[in-house]
Amino acid sequence: MKPLIKDQKNILIVGVGGQGVLLASEMLAAAAAQAGYDVKQSEVHGMAQRGGVVSSHVRIGPSVQSPLIPAGQADILLCFEQAEALRWVHFCRPGGTVIVNLQKLVPPIALMKGHSYPEDPLAGVRRRAARVIPVDAAKIAASLENSRVVNVVLLGAVSRHLDIPPAVWEKVIEKRVPPGTAPVNNQAFKKGRSASSL
Amino acid sequence: MKQTESSDVILSGNEAVARGCWEYGLHVACAYPGTPSTEILEAIRQYPEIAAEWSPNEKVAFEVAMGASFEGARALVAMKHVGLNVAADPFMSVSLVGAPGGLVVVSADDPGMHSSQNEQDNRYFAKFAGYPCIEPSDSRESKDFVGVALDISISFDVPVLFRMTTRVSHSKGIVRLGERTAYPIKGFERDFKKFVVLPSNARVRHVWANERLARLRAYAETLAINRVEPGDPSFGVITDSVAYAYVKEIVPDASILKLGMSYPLPMEKIRTFASSVKRLFIVEELEPFIEEQVRAEGIPCEGKKYWSNLGELNPDLVAKGLVQAGAVHSSRPVPEPEPVIPRPPVFCPGCPHRGVYYTLGKLKATVTTDIGCYTLGALPPLNAGDTCVEMGASIGVAVGMAKARKSGKGIVATIGDSTFLHSGMTGLLAAVHEASGITIVILDNRITAMTGGQHHPGAGKKMGGGEAQRVEFARLCQALGVTRIKVIDPYDLETTRNVLSGEMENEELSVVITNRPCALYPPENRKKVREKPFRVDLEKCIGCHSCFKVSCPAISESTEKTAKGLTKSRIDPVLCTGCSVCSQVCPVQAIVRIP
Ligand SMILES: Cc1ncc(C[n+]2csc(CCOP(=O)(O)OP(=O)(O)O)c2C)c(N)n1
Repeated sequence: MKPLIKDQKNILIVGVGGQGVLLASEMLAAAAAQAGYDVKQSEVHGMAQRGGVVSSHVRIGPSVQSPLIPAGQADILLCFEQAEALRWVHFCRPGGTVIVNLQKLVPPIALMKGHSYPEDPLAGVRRRAARVIPVDAAKIAASLENSRVVNVVLLGAVSRHLDIPPAVWEKVIEKRVPPGTAPVNNQAFKKGRSASSL
Repeated sequence: MKQTESSDVILSGNEAVARGCWEYGLHVACAYPGTPSTEILEAIRQYPEIAAEWSPNEKVAFEVAMGASFEGARALVAMKHVGLNVAADPFMSVSLVGAPGGLVVVSADDPGMHSSQNEQDNRYFAKFAGYPCIEPSDSRESKDFVGVALDISISFDVPVLFRMTTRVSHSKGIVRLGERTAYPIKGFERDFKKFVVLPSNARVRHVWANERLARLRAYAETLAINRVEPGDPSFGVITDSVAYAYVKEIVPDASILKLGMSYPLPMEKIRTFASSVKRLFIVEELEPFIEEQVRAEGIPCEGKKYWSNLGELNPDLVAKGLVQAGAVHSSRPVPEPEPVIPRPPVFCPGCPHRGVYYTLGKLKATVTTDIGCYTLGALPPLNAGDTCVEMGASIGVAVGMAKARKSGKGIVATIGDSTFLHSGMTGLLAAVHEASGITIVILDNRITAMTGGQHHPGAGKKMGGGEAQRVEFARLCQALGVTRIKVIDPYDLETTRNVLSGEMENEELSVVITNRPCALYPPENRKKVREKPFRVDLEKCIGCHSCFKVSCPAISESTEKTAKGLTKSRIDPVLCTGCSVCSQVCPVQAIVRIP
């Protein structure tokens, strides 16, 4: 198979437990591997189901050593939630791209004294990153009448910035999504892809 | 360039261990769940050639694997690092017996305490018992090293400590699959002097174990997984586990001695390596395990001076240490994170633990709690959890407190069902025997939820899903000698409060058992747990925020305000499971079920 991605690409995917961060990063890793590259992926998911922070490092390239992306070296930061974008923005390299799903998930702790959800997380992200691409994945998913495809919409958004052929993505989506949902997921992927142009 | 072939798949370290078990002909696998080790047994389940089952605790799991090995079978037992404390008794003593069929003991350590109560470095356990310690650094090695570990175990008649860490267990990488090699099971060979560790036999066996260790030391020198990667001679790095990957990332051209087996150390190889470089660094996560031993041999080296024994390493920390040491000249500045609201884990909507901890908090009980999802009850706003140390401690600690106070009034031990079966029953026996006046709450949600929903003997299911005998907690407690036993519905706050306050006042030992299943696991039960959701009647809501106090992720602030400017509440109808707990704390009945 011919090499498509010459350099290493570091993609950090972040969000909140239950949003489908892990499935999206698995699909991304699988697509990269099928395109002929070495892949390492690392996640912390101990409390992922209980509303905690979920982060997944995906590194693709000719040969990958560390499963962790050093801080400030992510080429792409894909955020499933706005405050999480702010939490992880320091991982983005100078000149890197931040893709942010517009969803806001306010944790219950925000109801207690001394804690508050950031007023405008996106503004904070923009202060620290040059290229910020907002994606309204929920709206796109709603237009397809399927709220479950949000993570595939976001996968589509990130795909635009990677050199992996569409046929590979299609194969991976087909393999990973619940039976019978490949068509709607493929549509979600395409819509996400076109939503993430600058 | 790594070309992917059809036999290449992406596996986590844990899945790769499971695959290694299959390829290298394992016969028996057992475990008690514990992050980050749990997925090993879950992945082994897909291989019907391997007899796999959860055990009630790590000690039993170890003993089952040990027995299989005595029978001549290839056996593996997996646990998280603190599980090895529980299994330490058989782990230490079987040293003198050996492991004729092969015995691999997986310890998944948790540097950084992503989901553990401590970050002990279990490599010391290998040295303590005189066993080899095998340490993979990625998924590929996780699979291959299972074969190495089994070979060593069988040829030296020794259990092998297979040390994973959270990062190795939960990272994924490309693994090339192979076929299974099948091995016959030799059968138990009776040998009184070997298998019965009476002191007279054990003394002789200790001499044998010493000789075995000496042979292992010599073997370490030639072992291929202890590998020198020659490079720039200005400094050399000895490293193990995932630290190797970070070192390769930061200084790809350095001279490296990569230890696939970190005990016993190949001291001659290390001496030669040390003499080939100007400075020697030891980069290892957690304690100075390698460093201490290398230094004890009189070989100058530097390690913990630059890399802390706290938490996980990462590429940035490896770089920082090398810069501090003056070995690497520049490093990019590491950007600082923004302060952002934390997201501590919370009880799920519909969690049966919520009502119990809400009530205990209101009753101002002294709560000795235990390890599981329910430990979250100690966090604000519930604040019901005063002590938590290790699995099973809740009951013993409560008994001890009551002894010192000369009264058990107001002392409540809370313990999950899986934890009770793991190590709570013996504590309960102490409470019965001493006629302690404490109250014990067994949170019977019929599953081990914290670690992702594994069965236990109270769940009535086998690993593959078949039916198993189900332990009944009320009958069990009765058999252990408890006379006051009450079963409560934790969704019913009034009864929960009445029962708990009554038992707290009472000077007799009592056990209260909750009867609602987990709202999250098994996933197929989620629909069954669900009832019609609730909503907030905004006309009635007075903005008192009483409902916030039950700490439910389905409840948030609405955009509506009261005349006094207080925000009214909102319930997310998709997240709400209809458990009704919040509706019972609302002073104005503003929370109503959607018809
Ligand atoms: C010795 C030891 N083994 C395993 C674990 C991992 N672990 C943490 S909590 C828990 C059990 C939780 O189950 P249960 O008591 O039923 O409570 P639940 O999470 O279901 O509320 C386990 C296995 C541990 N912390 N210590």
